[in-house]
Amino acid sequence: MRKKMKKELKIVPIKNGTVIDHITAGQALNVLKILGINARTDAVLSVVMNVRSKKMGRKDIVKVEDRELKPEEVDKIALIAPNATINIIRDSEVIGKHSVYLPKSIEGIISCANPNCISNAEKEPVISKFITVSENPPRFRCVYCERIMEDVSGSL
Amino acid sequence: MFVMFAKRHIISIRDFSKEEIDYILSRSEELEVYARAQPLRGSEKKSDLLEGKILANLFYEPSTRTRFCFETAMKRLGGEVINLSSTEASSVAKGENLADTIRIVSGYCDVIALRHPQEGASRMAASFSSVPVINAGDGAGQHPTQTLLDLYTIKREGLLDDLRIALIGDLKYGRTVHSLAYALSLYGATLFFVSPEALRMPDEIKLDLKEAGAEVFESVDIKEVIKEVNVLYVTRIQKERFPDPAEYSKVAGTYRIDTELIKENEDVIIMHPLPKVDEIDAAVDGTKNAKYFLQAFYGVPVRMAVLSILLGK
Repeated sequence: MRKKMKKELKIVPIKNGTVIDHITAGQALNVLKILGINARTDAVLSVVMNVRSKKMGRKDIVKVEDRELKPEEVDKIALIAPNATINIIRDSEVIGKHSVYLPKSIEGIISCANPNCISNAEKEPVISKFITVSENPPRFRCVYCERIMEDVSGSL
Repeated sequence: MFVMFAKRHIISIRDFSKEEIDYILSRSEELEVYARAQPLRGSEKKSDLLEGKILANLFYEPSTRTRFCFETAMKRLGGEVINLSSTEASSVAKGENLADTIRIVSGYCDVIALRHPQEGASRMAASFSSVPVINAGDGAGQHPTQTLLDLYTIKREGLLDDLRIALIGDLKYGRTVHSLAYALSLYGATLFFVSPEALRMPDEIKLDLKEAGAEVFESVDIKEVIKEVNVLYVTRIQKERFPDPAEYSKVAGTYRIDTELIKENEDVIIMHPLPKVDEIDAAVDGTKNAKYFLQAFYGVPVRMAVLSILLGK
């Protein structure tokens, strides 16, 4: 009986959609944030956090049904989960599998960690912008205040 | 010398190549003759290079010297200056944002010098301005004309090509030292960082400098490096960085420059972005080593050069 319960808890494979695997453990909710998926979504969604992984020790997985995410949408995930892999599923077959790459510049997704940066000024019509200065470890320079940011998971 | 000077604004020293900086410095040298106080009778050194041009000084933070210096530079080249010096008495007090102020003021002038308390303000302002913007200091961020005048001072002392410089004091928060260190890395200078443990140069900046090819050494003791360098660049250690006033007094005393120290290296020159408080003994002011007042004067030819280049003259 117990064994059966365990099996039922596992996430079932999806028929159509996108599986984002190898997400840095603990970052699944931030991945959803980056993808713009919030509580108002009507997408069928599975989020698995802190599962065992041979490669990473622990990892998160996100599955979005009936939606094939485009590379420009998913590349932003590299900000917080550089090892993530994207699997596009059609009729239960993996038809595309790729890694995420950090964009050269990032506009509007993260806010600058420097509270005194003009990009954080509420009354100014300005959108945050960062230049990627290194991919591994990921480091970003704010175009405005020029500060370097390393961990951006708290600034989404 | 022909250099493609394509920059429309002066926002951060990072935006400039070594060639562009060299061009600004050589232009400063050409214009220095007009920077000095005019002799009583002489009219031969007057310039009308920027006649008919208007500089708007937008200073959202108190700064006497930088504002005066820009004003002097503009006027010595025959230009005019309009000033925003009291934000209380202006539309800023009514809540207008910086973007709107810039859009409006850029219609009234040919070039803007902006001092603002928030980092990145000038970069943003440039995107809303129809005329060139010069960053005259943005919060704890950049102050590129200060860096340029520092470089000019070093160049005029003949030391830019074989520079061994000690940057002393608050290297953690001091904005002038960060931009200066970066610019000096372009010239292959050897950099010695001398500061108390708590005010060390941030790792990210050291990493940046090493990537740019600079040779960097760190120390907590000036005496260790005084014989190694040809320039001491002294900055103020601010009291408010220390929670304990006793700790401040102890640390500040250790980084004080006096005539005893200079005896260890009689050819060393001493620079300071000013204002200085007590980090340099007053007895040093009269020595041949002290170059900080001259350095402040060099702000005039450097800002003349920047203004004339941006205005296409």
